[in-house]
Amino acid sequence: MSEVMLILDRVTVEVGQFVLSEFSLEIAEGECVALMGPSGCGKTTLMETVCGLRSGMTGGRILLDGVEIAGLPPGARGIGLVPQDVALFPTLTVREQLEFGPRLHGWDVGEVRERAEGLAEDLGLDELLDRVPQGLSGGEARRVALGRALALKPRLLCLDEALTGLDEERHDEVLQVIRKMIEREGVTALHVTHSKKEAEAIADRVVVME
Amino acid sequence: MMAGERREQRIWRVRPEWPFLLFLVFVVAAYLGLLLLLVGANVLTVSWSQAGEILKNPDIQHSIKLTFVTCTVTAILSVLLSVPVAYLLSRYQFRGRAFIDTLLDIPILLPPLIVGLSLLILFNRVPPSACCWMIAGGFGLAAVFGGKGLVRNVTGGMAVLFGVGGLMLSGGESSLEDAVSGAGLPMTFHPLGVVLAQFPVAAAFAVRTMRTTFDQISPRYEEVAMTLGCNRGQAFTRVVLPLAGKGMVAAGTMAWARALGEFGPILIFAGATRGRTEVLATSVFLEINIGNLPGAAALSLLMILLAVTTLLLVRFFAGKGGAL
Repeated sequence: MSEVMLILDRVTVEVGQFVLSEFSLEIAEGECVALMGPSGCGKTTLMETVCGLRSGMTGGRILLDGVEIAGLPPGARGIGLVPQDVALFPTLTVREQLEFGPRLHGWDVGEVRERAEGLAEDLGLDELLDRVPQGLSGGEARRVALGRALALKPRLLCLDEALTGLDEERHDEVLQVIRKMIEREGVTALHVTHSKKEAEAIADRVVVME
Repeated sequence: MMAGERREQRIWRVRPEWPFLLFLVFVVAAYLGLLLLLVGANVLTVSWSQAGEILKNPDIQHSIKLTFVTCTVTAILSVLLSVPVAYLLSRYQFRGRAFIDTLLDIPILLPPLIVGLSLLILFNRVPPSACCWMIAGGFGLAAVFGGKGLVRNVTGGMAVLFGVGGLMLSGGESSLEDAVSGAGLPMTFHPLGVVLAQFPVAAAFAVRTMRTTFDQISPRYEEVAMTLGCNRGQAFTRVVLPLAGKGMVAAGTMAWARALGEFGPILIFAGATRGRTEVLATSVFLEINIGNLPGAAALSLLMILLAVTTLLLVRFFAGKGGAL
């Protein structure tokens, strides 16, 4: 059994009237867990809390690789996020999206370029490096968002319904790419989805929230 | 039987849409017609020989130059103010937010004369110490009711700072105008006062425009940027600000156009001294006062031309990077 990478220990989050009460989960290093549940059960709230994007955590602990991260700012947690709406930065080219994180963290210029081009090759984005998001297809945009999230070699990759809205063909194609990249990068992943089929196709384990 | 007949009807009958279209066209045509009549009235009143003469008048030429300079400075200051204010209101939830939001609209709702009168009283009747105490009071209220943590510490600190400043300045009999004049920035009945008189209303419009701009930019961009290592400030400058460019142009244009039309506060606070604080809006007023209606109409047409040209130019240049 691998080391435990993420521990959610009785996490309680309060957002307005909504309360997610004492939720616990452990994810092993390199494991991909799909988080399922009905709408409004708090999947996205939980993921955003793990990423540090929601205040309102009133109890419990979040440990990533043995470090308590609940008090850290989002950028210090070592977590990559692919949101549901992709949120590619509209004014940046695909290359700039992939280089955004590494540049911000002061990586060496050569390293930044090498990482961006490596990811572009793995994700099939070589031809799109100079394009801006406007005009990219849904599948291409998902691949860019995945590359951007992986560029910093995060310890945990969070995918928030990242395949929603794709047609069946693109859906399966991006699903394969995500699965391949998770394995290639050796990253631990938490995938929020509504689709049981998708969860079973991508995840090592499916957790259902109630 | 009737019901059966209805079921068999293959094409459903709908009422024609031309009455609704006609109504829309009528409303638009009536409004455009009114605008054209207003412009046309000026055109019919202008005596072109008098218009030529008035435009050659050195005082009017000074007025045109001052109008351009003050409107541009006001527009730039308005954008610089509106960006952080609108971003704060768009992105942060805090106690008193709705109150501040309402307060920012006051310059739009107030009769313009009151803005000018308030400036005149503030600069000439209120000593600097009282200004400091009023500001300290504002920060004090914000510290008590407005928030916690860093916000409370900063606003509390500012309240103390201005309170101490008020105490140090107390005893002096001078007005705020004396204080700013002593620092080389005279305001009342001075060209700088024109900018100050234009600023409150222009800035209020700019804040509204920027608020809409930031509201339309998904906060998700900043959230993703923050997971990639940005702090709030970096996410704002690297991701949000490039997206808000067109909104900033729109806010600046709005402020410029609003400053061009400002009249009441300028007349009261900066005056309408020929060759000194006269801008185009006050020029029209002065020409009416001396009974030169064709001259006033010529200047009105010039202002309309300036406003329309500015809007078209901004739309054209902004359009090169996308639609405004």
